[in-house]
Amino acid sequence: MIFSFDLLINAIVSGILIGGFYAAVTCGVSLSFGILDIVNIAQPAFIILGSYVAYTLNASLGLDPIVISIIVLPAFYLLGAVIYQIYYLAFERRGQESLRGLAFFFGLLFITEVTLVLYFGVDYRYVQAAYIGPTWHFGAIDVPLRILVPCLVSLLMIAVLQLLLTRSFIGRAIMAVAQDQLALRLMAVDPVRIKRIAFGISIATASLAGAFLIIIQPVEPSVGREYIGRVFAICVLGGMGSLPGTVIAAMLIGIVESLTATFYGPSWAPAVSFGILLLTLAVRPAGLLGR
Amino acid sequence: MRTIPFLIICLAVGAAVFAGAIASGNDYLFFAGYVVMQYIVLATAWNILGGYCGYVNFGTAGFFGIGAYVTVAIHQWHPLPIPLLVLIGGVVSAVIGYGMGYLTLRLRGAFFAIATLALAVVLETLVVNWDYVGGSRGAYIVRPEAIAPFGSYIRYMFMIMMLLAVAALTVARLVERSRLGYGLATIRDDELAAEAAGVPTLRLKLIATTISGALMGMAGAPFPYYIGYLQPDSTFGFDYAVNAIAMSLIGGTTSWVGPLIGAVLLGSLQQLATVTISSAVNLLIVGLLLVFFVIVAPNGILGLIHKYWQHKSDDFVGRRRVDLEAAAPAPAADGAPGAPP
Repeated sequence: MIFSFDLLINAIVSGILIGGFYAAVTCGVSLSFGILDIVNIAQPAFIILGSYVAYTLNASLGLDPIVISIIVLPAFYLLGAVIYQIYYLAFERRGQESLRGLAFFFGLLFITEVTLVLYFGVDYRYVQAAYIGPTWHFGAIDVPLRILVPCLVSLLMIAVLQLLLTRSFIGRAIMAVAQDQLALRLMAVDPVRIKRIAFGISIATASLAGAFLIIIQPVEPSVGREYIGRVFAICVLGGMGSLPGTVIAAMLIGIVESLTATFYGPSWAPAVSFGILLLTLAVRPAGLLGR
Repeated sequence: MRTIPFLIICLAVGAAVFAGAIASGNDYLFFAGYVVMQYIVLATAWNILGGYCGYVNFGTAGFFGIGAYVTVAIHQWHPLPIPLLVLIGGVVSAVIGYGMGYLTLRLRGAFFAIATLALAVVLETLVVNWDYVGGSRGAYIVRPEAIAPFGSYIRYMFMIMMLLAVAALTVARLVERSRLGYGLATIRDDELAAEAAGVPTLRLKLIATTISGALMGMAGAPFPYYIGYLQPDSTFGFDYAVNAIAMSLIGGTTSWVGPLIGAVLLGSLQQLATVTISSAVNLLIVGLLLVFFVIVAPNGILGLIHKYWQHKSDDFVGRRRVDLEAAAPAPAADGAPGAPP
């Protein structure tokens, strides 16, 4: 293939934009897996659920997908809180979270996917919004709005999360529960409650990420699978539980994937994140900004 | 029981099943039975790593698919007899299992689980981009109509899969009662303590991963001949992974009997449900059963049986019932007079 500078720049720009979206997809896992040590492999399924909620309300009421996802945030938060409560009672309290907890989340992932297939079928679904379609041009660089808008909202969401984690009492308690539960209990804070809140927030981010996903590309229930490797690759590469690390890693993976897709063909892109995941685990398991 | 008598009993049971299926005169039984046998192999293989060692492998479909696609690749070049293909498929997926284990098993169990979860996606990507084995279009493999002593080909395939199931059970039983099995159990209970006590944890985990991967690949090798049309999307789907895990966990993970019970129960149930309801609904049932069992009966059917017997014998000698589910360490009530209740 002939090397083209325009192609390269465009690939990098679109990689950064997609990376912003990947950060939104990953930040839930960074919270649950990175901070709480709950290996929530079902997160991609909840993201697809978010996509379908956005699709359903967009098709019936004509609301903007991002607005919808913000409206249904409390519902996703509640879902997360309920799942954590079950997880806590059934596994964490008994000290069986490693094997059976994983099987539990895998079961949830599978049930969500099959239920969506049964209800919506395997057709691709998409949403309508004003910013889907137009593209801004800066010289040779194309910036499609359907990727720019999710990227910006995603970065905003992560900034808010980071402020919440570092400045508010609850956020600091969440960071503390990752380090020392006993110390937290001595400060008269219930670690289970803090973890429930944190896990609720991590699932709530799936609502927004799902809306972004369906804005960027048409969605069918098994799309989530592609994101499992990607999400955990980003989470590990970024350094477990660090949100700034997540953003940097997401953009790196976005760029590498975009370059691969441009120069080798899009069908190779899913293998990129897996390669990076294995490489990170083998070379530097602590990630870029690891604690 | 020694291994040789065990093997003979297994083979005798297998022969009886085979004779029964022939006596019924219905070839559909062989088609359904093949799938059940295949699940016995997959669940048993999963359990060698997942049940004995506590490391969760979500890549059952990946290893199974490696076996299947090795067969397709070889078939495109030159058709070989199935037993040979089974061996080759087993070796290739053992090598991949070893390689992946080497990269990820030194870390916490969660990383291994995540890597296996992504493995199926990557293998699918590879196969989709590999035109020689059909790419995303899929590959057709024409099954010969008949083979010499068996009559129809499916009987032959059923027998191969049954022998594989017997082999898998024997291997699992051997592992369970060997130094390897005890070592794996210590890793499952407390890896740090095992390491400190001198158990070569990484080596044992790698051996278990390799055996488990090889068996899964062997189960996949005859599959293209069974299905006739192999497609990457369905071969690398979650169905195999969720089934292998559900069957082991529902049966009970601590013994080779558990996956056998789980595979026979769930496998037969699914064969019935696929015919009577639909295949999507039956997968939903498997997922729901899996979640239900891990929450309500974490030790599976074996655990329930065990608890039942324990209660019964406790009643018989008039001892206090010990609640196995209690989170607190089990009170050593027996023998210690005047121990607090």
